[in-house]
Amino acid sequence: MTDIQIQLDRVADDAHLLDVRDLFIEFHTRDGIAKVINGVSYHLDAGEALAVLGESGSGKSVTAQAIMGILDIPPGKIVSGQICYNGRDLLSLPEKERRQVRGKEIAMVFQDALSALNPVFPVGWQISETLRHREGVARADALRRAVELMELVRIPAAKQRLRDYPHEFSGGMRQRVMIAMSLALSPKILIADEPTTALDVTVQAQVMDLLAELRRELHMAMILITHDLGVVADVADRIAVMYAGRIVEHADVHDLYAVQGHPYTKGLIDSIPRLDHKGQELATIQGLPPSLMDIPRGCPFHPRCPYRKDPICSTQVPTDQRLASGTRTSRCHFAKEVLDGTAA
Amino acid sequence: MSSPEESTTLAKPRSLAADAWYDLRRSPIFWIASIIVVALVGIAAFPGLFTSADPKACSLDFRFAGPGPEAPFGYDVQGCNVYARTMYGARSSIEVGLFATLMAGTIAFALGMAAGFYGRWIDTLLSRSLDVIASIPLLLAAIVLLKRLSATGGSTGVWSVAFTLGVLGWPVAARVVRSSVISAKQQDYVQAARMLGAGNGRIMLRHILPNAMAPAIVVLTIMLGTVIATEATLSFLGIGLQPPAISWGGSINDNSAYVRTAAGPLLWPAGFLAVTVLAFIMLGDAIRDAFDPRMR
Repeated sequence: MTDIQIQLDRVADDAHLLDVRDLFIEFHTRDGIAKVINGVSYHLDAGEALAVLGESGSGKSVTAQAIMGILDIPPGKIVSGQICYNGRDLLSLPEKERRQVRGKEIAMVFQDALSALNPVFPVGWQISETLRHREGVARADALRRAVELMELVRIPAAKQRLRDYPHEFSGGMRQRVMIAMSLALSPKILIADEPTTALDVTVQAQVMDLLAELRRELHMAMILITHDLGVVADVADRIAVMYAGRIVEHADVHDLYAVQGHPYTKGLIDSIPRLDHKGQELATIQGLPPSLMDIPRGCPFHPRCPYRKDPICSTQVPTDQRLASGTRTSRCHFAKEVLDGTAA
Repeated sequence: MSSPEESTTLAKPRSLAADAWYDLRRSPIFWIASIIVVALVGIAAFPGLFTSADPKACSLDFRFAGPGPEAPFGYDVQGCNVYARTMYGARSSIEVGLFATLMAGTIAFALGMAAGFYGRWIDTLLSRSLDVIASIPLLLAAIVLLKRLSATGGSTGVWSVAFTLGVLGWPVAARVVRSSVISAKQQDYVQAARMLGAGNGRIMLRHILPNAMAPAIVVLTIMLGTVIATEATLSFLGIGLQPPAISWGGSINDNSAYVRTAAGPLLWPAGFLAVTVLAFIMLGDAIRDAFDPRMR
């Protein structure tokens, strides 16, 4: 590719660091085709933190796996779409070049650190392995760097713990090791896939604080995948809410917490237990998320939506409605009404 | 820049092998098994050091004669020195056992890893050919193979017997490797390694193999024992090692018919065989445990 072409690509790309465009992913299973991702688009700029929020099966992790290129294909199949990193479409890169991007440009922190760390190697070896084989760093230097990384993620007595095995660490410390490992090659983007789900509540807060600090210190962009509205507020700049493989609402964090532009998001926020509502029944969203084999016609959320108006909601798929403040969007026929609180 | 003190205090990398060795040094089972194995390998390598008697100098005058200064184990049906024959028999038995197992292990790891890791048509192809080989009766296949080998000029020596048993013995171990590779492959740490940009080769050797090794090592150590015993069966059928070659299996067969007249000539080589098999199994067990940090 010539320089001019690369520049053109970048211009066309609006110079986003990462740009996921109109991604469609299916899983071919014995029971049929599950449409897991149905036109997801989001972007991330350098140093920015985006939270991708959604319940199990909404497609948030699959999107991340597609970005990393570790989606199992088959059964997964990327039907269409682009994932551009620095203007290059990762999906069209050959595997060899793709591998160069992994870890060095984009890295990922997995949900369960115990299973994501190789049980037969000491953590120091695992952190330094990547440096040794990707950067050709000498063994002793790589280990010294591993100690630095472990100190960076605030593991006490890092030097002594270098030789310990993953099962000798506590849950929170293991997640720190996992984070240190993903930071080894100084990636520009860190994808954290439910990094705190396997941890207990006090440790969750510590790990989230750590991620927030690391992001500031290292000027990293971050995609935080979670189903927990509570953990994202302090870390993320923007939130994308996913439902049935689509992004239904996209807004700045504080705007979203203040007022919601999609009935689903509204339901999520309302269902957070609150101390000042003591004694009242918890609010819930009725029904169940749809089967991805059989997504409802029209708006996929309409069977559960308190604001639905037939026939439009059950027949027409809503498109992104741009809402007042800048980049805020919502995929609801009545987005403005929901946002203003005038929807019936 | 780090000072020299700093670099010396920096913990030395514990590699998997170094850790395993650290553990093994503290395992009495490992030491007992190693001493037996080393002694047996010594006997196999230099049988002349352990006996001055000629194992092939047999005289019917000494048929079933009791122990003497030259023959602490007595004499067998042919009037051969049982002690000398046991010492000299160690070599072929251990050679057959080790080489057949090494060969089966190599094939099993290569094919089992390929089948388990790549899956799909490679797995189907390898698994089905494995089933075909596993379905051939061992003795029938061994007869055909060994006859073929001896017909093409090679004698039915240690190498052809080891080759035959190795070629026919790998499917069990390969199945075990395949299934443990499949389960290791689905672990998150394999995904994590891929996420950090590791290629297939690195993932297979560094991340899957060490986690998938243990069950296959057990199968292979047990196989080592059965191979030595099978070699005896082949000799008995006249297709294994043939006289004048000396092996434990051969001695066991020669003397098994006379067990009621004189048990010694049968029990001594059989005892050595049993101890050898046991030592290798114990060694395999200790090594497997040492290579699994979770067992510590």
